[in-house]
Amino acid sequence: MTDLTSDFLGIKSPNPFWLASAPPTDKEYNVRRAFEAGWGGVVWKTLGEEGPPVVNVNGPRYGVIYGADRRVLGINNIELITDRPLQTNLEEIAAVKADYPDRAVIVSIMVPCEEAAWKAILPRVAETGADGIELNFGCPHGMSERGMGSAVGQVPEYIEMVTRWCKEHYDKPVIVKLTPNITDIRYPARAAHNGGADAVSLINTVSSITSVNLDNFSPEPSIDGKGSHGGYCGAAVKPIALNMVAEIARDPETAGLPISGIGGVTTWRDAAEFLALGAGNVQVCTAAMTYGFKVVQEMISGLSDYLDDKGMTLPELIGRSVPNVTDWQYLNLNYVTKARIDQEDCIKCGRCYAACEDTSHQAITMSADRVFEVQDDECVACNLCVNVCPVEGCITMEELAPGAMDQRTGKPVEPDYANWTTHPNNPASRPAAE
Amino acid sequence: MANTPFTPGIADQRLSAEDLARNFADLHAPYDGHEAAVAADRCYFCHDAPCVTACPTTIDIPLFIRQISTGTPEAAAKTIFEQNILGGMCARVCPTETLCEEACVREAAEGKPVEIGRLQRFATDTMMAKPHPFSRAAPTGKRVAVAGAGPAGLACAHRLAMHGHDVVIFDARPKPGGLNEYGIASYKTVDGFAQAEVDWLVQIGGIAIRRDAAIGDSVGLDALVAEFDAVFLGIGLAGVNALRADGEDKGGVRDAVEFIADLRQADDLSSLGVGRNVVVIGGGMTAVDAAVQAKLLGAESVTIAYRRGQDRMGASGFEQDLAAQKGVRILCNAQPVAVHGNGAAQEIELEYTRQGAGGLEGTGETFRIAADQVFKAIGQRLDGAPQGLALEGGKIQVDANGRTSMAKVWAGGDCATGGDDLTVTAVAEGRDAAEDIHATIA
Repeated sequence: MTDLTSDFLGIKSPNPFWLASAPPTDKEYNVRRAFEAGWGGVVWKTLGEEGPPVVNVNGPRYGVIYGADRRVLGINNIELITDRPLQTNLEEIAAVKADYPDRAVIVSIMVPCEEAAWKAILPRVAETGADGIELNFGCPHGMSERGMGSAVGQVPEYIEMVTRWCKEHYDKPVIVKLTPNITDIRYPARAAHNGGADAVSLINTVSSITSVNLDNFSPEPSIDGKGSHGGYCGAAVKPIALNMVAEIARDPETAGLPISGIGGVTTWRDAAEFLALGAGNVQVCTAAMTYGFKVVQEMISGLSDYLDDKGMTLPELIGRSVPNVTDWQYLNLNYVTKARIDQEDCIKCGRCYAACEDTSHQAITMSADRVFEVQDDECVACNLCVNVCPVEGCITMEELAPGAMDQRTGKPVEPDYANWTTHPNNPASRPAAE
Repeated sequence: MANTPFTPGIADQRLSAEDLARNFADLHAPYDGHEAAVAADRCYFCHDAPCVTACPTTIDIPLFIRQISTGTPEAAAKTIFEQNILGGMCARVCPTETLCEEACVREAAEGKPVEIGRLQRFATDTMMAKPHPFSRAAPTGKRVAVAGAGPAGLACAHRLAMHGHDVVIFDARPKPGGLNEYGIASYKTVDGFAQAEVDWLVQIGGIAIRRDAAIGDSVGLDALVAEFDAVFLGIGLAGVNALRADGEDKGGVRDAVEFIADLRQADDLSSLGVGRNVVVIGGGMTAVDAAVQAKLLGAESVTIAYRRGQDRMGASGFEQDLAAQKGVRILCNAQPVAVHGNGAAQEIELEYTRQGAGGLEGTGETFRIAADQVFKAIGQRLDGAPQGLALEGGKIQVDANGRTSMAKVWAGGDCATGGDDLTVTAVAEGRDAAEDIHATIA
């Protein structure tokens, strides 16, 4: 068993799996259960400023997207920050941290964009003994209408300003949680970095309407016939999150800025992918909300076994894929592949044929007895047949060796790397130096 | 419960009413909505799907399954009924394991096909609880006689009615439905489904059913040809092949189809007598239906004796497994020689067989097994076919459109040449003949 002990910003936890700031971490009872189940850390559900707590709707807070067999693919929520008194939360945080000194306890905070508000809450959070804070600049629903959450995260100047206040009035690590509801994640990440953030965490939820009731025409979740956009999370948002994590990891301006990866982590494999793309740890919510806290045990065993197999340590995995994330313009245009159908494995469903014939390049033929074959002279290697084939490994993309004839172009495969920047069709191509 | 499975001879009430009710309940319980959604999701929506090719009625199976998965089972049912108006019965009785489900690519992939039959039942049950979905074209004034209210006749009649023709169905039995009503194991079509299906089908209008009206008796084919614009014959195979063994006339020796019909028509299963030791001669679906039901009625031992090897049995693998699961013994390569007993059967004498140079032959080695009831399930034959029709291989000769050798007369289903003798094949033939009749008379 590879040791999964995690060190994120100097905060130690027995594994890199933290529960994200969300309903599962709203109170002591849940957090104790989470730690007993094995979670390495929690980010306590977002605290607001002193005073009457926020109120939540009294109808449904969640909407859902299902896959087959009602498998939860994504959840959308319109729940606000904690609706319990600040003092209650602070006391519970202190109690839990005292009892679980080896676990990470981070406190998420969302107060108005005024220095006084932050100055007021930060010392009280510090007193709990929590290991750090996370600034909630991400929630896209409800609180954003009051100038908080994603309303801050969408303005890099505000991010930088508030981060700076926090670094000034709080002496433990400050993590800035980013919203994906922006056009380019690098700008808010740079702002956090410039403000002195110790790390960024992302993604928060994606603004969303999960569905529309086609009888009463209300968006879901429906509150008395009306709906409001919520924040979308779960497996469905993972690809968006992976890209945003990678963009920050490879941005020279934020290089080395620690990242806590969030967004659809459901299995150890998802977590490993976030780590490879530069996340120092991961935060999980929807998987726990769907299956309960026990899921972490699969994540722990899976990641540990994977690292065993690879002979890698956890720090060696972190960022391992970052050098492989590049711009399109640098992709090797002399890398030529063709689809190959393993006739032994083929179950003759014909989905590759329908997909290619109707929507792609007419590069698969179908015989009267349902034998499907790739026509190399038409195959552009788009991969759609591989994607739609229900049999794993039946259709593969095979690389043509240098010198082999590409039947589609009528030219042999060039041995050397060449990309768009030097391609003759590119008006801006820079000819190789003479 | 007056008797037990060990009561000698033929006896009723071998099992309690509760046991009988449980034994004769739906073989495959209907799906609920969630089960249907899960099952539907397994369909790959194949291109030019092999299951459709394998369906004698060419139902667009991937389309109807997708319609189920998107929450529109009525649309799914319409997809089914447009091709097969008896889709409800076929969902229950089709040997899907040798048709659509055998062709399913998931059968090839993992030995577990999409459960097309049960999905079809989910869709058709949903729609059959609602008003009939089809309406008739403008009346044509043409009249067609259909002989036989079995699957072929009903499918033909419905399609003709849809095209605006008026149809009169003549059936020999008191109830319409043919083998659906009289010839299929009870546990495959519970709760009077066959009659409910006929009632639903004729809601389209323009179809009159004359019961107890076998052609040849009260109505002759010539008279029908004279009176109607066209005649369709779907009269099935009324005759049963003989055993050709000594003692065939002893008490306790019966036709399996008769036993199955009695079961289907019984109001009280405990009133039906069944032997302590039952032997069924034959290897097809009828043999299995009779054997399994004899066992379910409480027979102590039931044996299917089939004269050829197991690989030649007409009953599908699924049916053979069902028989084995219910405790029926399948004895192959054994042919009947004689039924022994003083008046009533007590034993059956069988001879082992082998494949000789000149075909199947007895080995000369015989043995006896206890048998106080013997069911003959060695095939049916055309009986009482109207004079003047050309026959071929003992069946009414028809072309690809169901036309017989006689002008204005079409035929389909088991009585006609071509196709397997299945409900679904009969439906296809009745439907296609209707289209040809329509093209001819309209």
